[in-house]
Amino acid sequence: MAVNQSDIEKLAELAKLEISTEAAGATADSISQVLELVDQLQAADTTGVAPMAHPLDAVQRLRADQVTEADQREALQAMAPATEDGLYLVPRVIE
Amino acid sequence: MEWETVIGLEIHVQLSTQSKIFSGASTAFGAAPNSQACAIDLAMPGTLPVANEQAFRFAVMFGLAMNAEIGKRSVFERKNYFYPDLPKGYQTTQLEEPIVGPGVIDIELENGETKSIRLHHAHLEEDAGKSLHEDYQGMSGIDLNRAGTPLIEIVSEPDMRSAEEAVAYLKKIHSIITYLGISDGEMSQGSMRCDANVSVRLKGEEEYGTRCEIKNINSFKFVEKAINVEVERQIDLIEDGGKVVQETRLYDADKNETRSMRSKEVANDYRYFPCPDLLPVILDDDYIAEIKSKLPELPDAKRDRFVSDYGLSSYDATVLTAERATADYFESVAKTSGEPKLAANWVMVDLAAYLNKSEQKLADCPVSAKHLAQLIARIKDGTISGKIAKQVFEAMTNGEGDPDSIIEKRGLKQVSDTGAIEKMVDEVIANNQAQVDNYKNADEKKRPKMLGFFVGQIMKASKGQANPQAVNEILLKKLNEQ
Amino acid sequence: MHTKTIAQLIEGLRSKEFSSVELTRHYLQRIKERDGTYNSYITVTEEAALAQAEAADQRLAAGDDNPLCGIPIAHKDIFCTTGIRTSCGSKMLDNFIAPYDATIVENYQKAGAVMLGKTNMDEFAMGSSNETSYYGPVKNPWNTNCVPGGSSGGSAAAVAALLAPAATASDTGGSIRQPAALCNLTGLKPTYGRVSRWGMIAFASSLDQAGTLTRTAEDSAIMLNAMASFDAKDSTCVDEPLEDYTAKLGDSLQGLTIGIPEEYFGEGLNPQTAERVQAAIKVYESLGATTKSISLPHTHLAVPAYYVIAPAECSANLSRFDGVRYGHRCDDPKDLADLYKRSRGEGFGDEVKRRILVGTYALSAGYYDAYYNKAQQVRRLIKQDFVDAFNQVDVVLGPTSPSPAFEFGAKSDDPVAMYLEDIYTIATNLAGLPGLSIPCGMVDNKPVGLQLIGNYFAESKLLNVAHQFQLATDFHQQLAPETA
Repeated sequence: MAVNQSDIEKLAELAKLEISTEAAGATADSISQVLELVDQLQAADTTGVAPMAHPLDAVQRLRADQVTEADQREALQAMAPATEDGLYLVPRVIE
Repeated sequence: MEWETVIGLEIHVQLSTQSKIFSGASTAFGAAPNSQACAIDLAMPGTLPVANEQAFRFAVMFGLAMNAEIGKRSVFERKNYFYPDLPKGYQTTQLEEPIVGPGVIDIELENGETKSIRLHHAHLEEDAGKSLHEDYQGMSGIDLNRAGTPLIEIVSEPDMRSAEEAVAYLKKIHSIITYLGISDGEMSQGSMRCDANVSVRLKGEEEYGTRCEIKNINSFKFVEKAINVEVERQIDLIEDGGKVVQETRLYDADKNETRSMRSKEVANDYRYFPCPDLLPVILDDDYIAEIKSKLPELPDAKRDRFVSDYGLSSYDATVLTAERATADYFESVAKTSGEPKLAANWVMVDLAAYLNKSEQKLADCPVSAKHLAQLIARIKDGTISGKIAKQVFEAMTNGEGDPDSIIEKRGLKQVSDTGAIEKMVDEVIANNQAQVDNYKNADEKKRPKMLGFFVGQIMKASKGQANPQAVNEILLKKLNEQ
Repeated sequence: MHTKTIAQLIEGLRSKEFSSVELTRHYLQRIKERDGTYNSYITVTEEAALAQAEAADQRLAAGDDNPLCGIPIAHKDIFCTTGIRTSCGSKMLDNFIAPYDATIVENYQKAGAVMLGKTNMDEFAMGSSNETSYYGPVKNPWNTNCVPGGSSGGSAAAVAALLAPAATASDTGGSIRQPAALCNLTGLKPTYGRVSRWGMIAFASSLDQAGTLTRTAEDSAIMLNAMASFDAKDSTCVDEPLEDYTAKLGDSLQGLTIGIPEEYFGEGLNPQTAERVQAAIKVYESLGATTKSISLPHTHLAVPAYYVIAPAECSANLSRFDGVRYGHRCDDPKDLADLYKRSRGEGFGDEVKRRILVGTYALSAGYYDAYYNKAQQVRRLIKQDFVDAFNQVDVVLGPTSPSPAFEFGAKSDDPVAMYLEDIYTIATNLAGLPGLSIPCGMVDNKPVGLQLIGNYFAESKLLNVAHQFQLATDFHQQLAPETA
């Protein structure tokens, strides 16, 4: 499967990545190459094979419902780009 | 043209666990911003989620209460989208294999009918944080305390046909989750939130119309209003030759209208896939059976029992069991006083009116079940009349103490002393000779009605404390003697 | 001191030949003098290292018997370290200082090991040449015109250049084993779940596994003893009994059956590399092992499946880097979308963006079944190949990498050629099996790696199979030029 520049723009929108118009063409080419590689999967006979999301087919351990985390806001916000009154700041969110 | 409304609800319920669904941070409401957002909740690099057992226990309780299939294998998936209140850039939720499968629940309508509403499924997921839109240097502020709070999203089939049914269903769900104690169900605090999928079609049509999803409905009252206003909009639109567009709409309670949320329209492709940081959760039959064995009595069962044990009407029993706190309160009053019918009346009429007027919750009510039972006992044993009891009750709501001490302190004890009553009767007869003559001259049949005047005067003279039965007896005797 | 293995350094510390402070100073000095050539470290933590060394000396004096007490090591810059920058090789995290330690960092600290610094790596562990690092490429100590392999290229170069006796690393598709092969080291990727992932910045969660780069299999066993633990903070960490991974290092290979997969010797394998691997097989036969030709029929699908699953997982794992709570944020964002797109566009390099886009594509509506689901089905087939193989053999043997180290730029414009570097290592990650690479000779003065793959949780056996080879050969003792 090959992708074109407009596909790249859509993917970049979903993935929130800025990709310049100049770079989009080259990106489309390299991604098409990768997709050509992965398209080899289509030849595999996987009839009746259950997908495997996890190598060990293990199951989830559940945690006891206990509060174990103390307030660490100061340490955690030390490297935040913008905060005020303990809030993280972002450009206006419009509903 | 006759239109039919089709409604399905998606209800988000915050589970009252101590800690978050994937981290050990507290879920307590109202903390300082981001003071309950730990490294995991903030999606700090290298952090990993571990699922909270209590969230599963609560979800299973809910599933059992909804007569639903329990997902013995459930899988968390990632729902990918960018939003500042979603730190990981994906919401961990369930899609293909949810914890609760299809079920069914009965709702009671005002006309006394019951209707079955099917549950499509309910799944566990994490809540997002909050965006605060006050002006912070021209920006929005993000508080992630709520991020990671466990939710169950309860998805109904489109089985409701009116706003009234939707409200009844929502109330039923509210009743079930609070009975189970798995959520506080506070819509005002966002512990329970509701989105409605609304469409209309001509009566008799098989196909559903195009639906709109109405968001931001945060009270029972608004559910009804939002649905009605949306139904109106859709019908007007179609009747004017237009077409309903499938979209998400926001309910604006101030303007009582729904409006399109164009920001959400941008091609959503959530790219769900199983979360590789979490493994499938497997629950065995023993685990589910253990939870089942500990389920509390649910509203329907309690209602039936109130009818059979206390001889209440089905309507009264339904009202009293809608909320667990009310039901427990009533039952305590009924048992302590031994007067279930009086107890039902007091709880449904006087207590309900007081709570409504003072905008209080039962939990904060100054009148305890024990004291209300005592009050009823005093009516029953003749210490006070029903009328005086209302005064005592009012004093109780003002925090003046238990009924006996109020009766004592205010001297409200009923006067049953015949000597005292005779004296009062004599005085009233002496002071109202004209009325006495009228009475004497009146036809036998009219006399009982005329008696009211004298009784009124005597009660007034006794400040309402004379035993009405004794007054009646003595009055009749004395009038006949005239 | 720097030519000694960890096992020898442990002796030296115990016999008071040198102290941990002396040893640490020596390495810090070497790093200062020599790392300008290799660029193997992103951050050197001199002060902290000396403080830790002093503490270790005190512990040693008090009779601490933890083997790693006082041994300096380096951590790949993918592991979070409290108070010390963890960049993951990315501009995105150039200013990121975690307020928590990775579990493995904590484990080594408890053992008394000394952290020399954080090593260079491909950005977010995506690469096989260490050319995608924001901090510049790492040079292969064996030939500085060549890449050290990746993504753990910094860890490999640091150990190969004797700038650390050992380093931690991570392996998602070969990121420990391929650099080990290219730098003449022993590189171990344990069974998925054997080592905690807490605090290791995720690339592809179901494939990532921490491990070690050392000069010998014995050192590898000593390192794994401290690294492996059960960790309740990682849901995918396995609660299997821990063992002393050095305990079986003396076992004979008599009766051992080694499987030689025919698919690992086909087209694409450098003929001279093949010769070195064949020679290694002969060594094993001389040690009493039996070799058996086997088939892993879905091998050719491993790279395609990997390049769906790994990008899909990374596309979500890297969404958290949004310029809101930490990490790079663009200047003067005009709105929210601009904040996201420019912060991410500026913070991530080309290879990371490429993989995010491929993953986004593979998961998007209409393609999920054809790509993601299909790849997960193929993944099961690949695992089944190994399950079948381990019914017949004890370990699987083959080349680690199709050819020795290549020159800078040779593959950087051709992502697919770069991806095929991991053609023999990727299946192990998909299946979650332990894998190890050890030196088995030279081609044009460049090291060749021999890969050994074990059954689940059979690290002890795997390490002994490697150790026995190292007792019989001296490939692993050869040092890169101008390092001694």
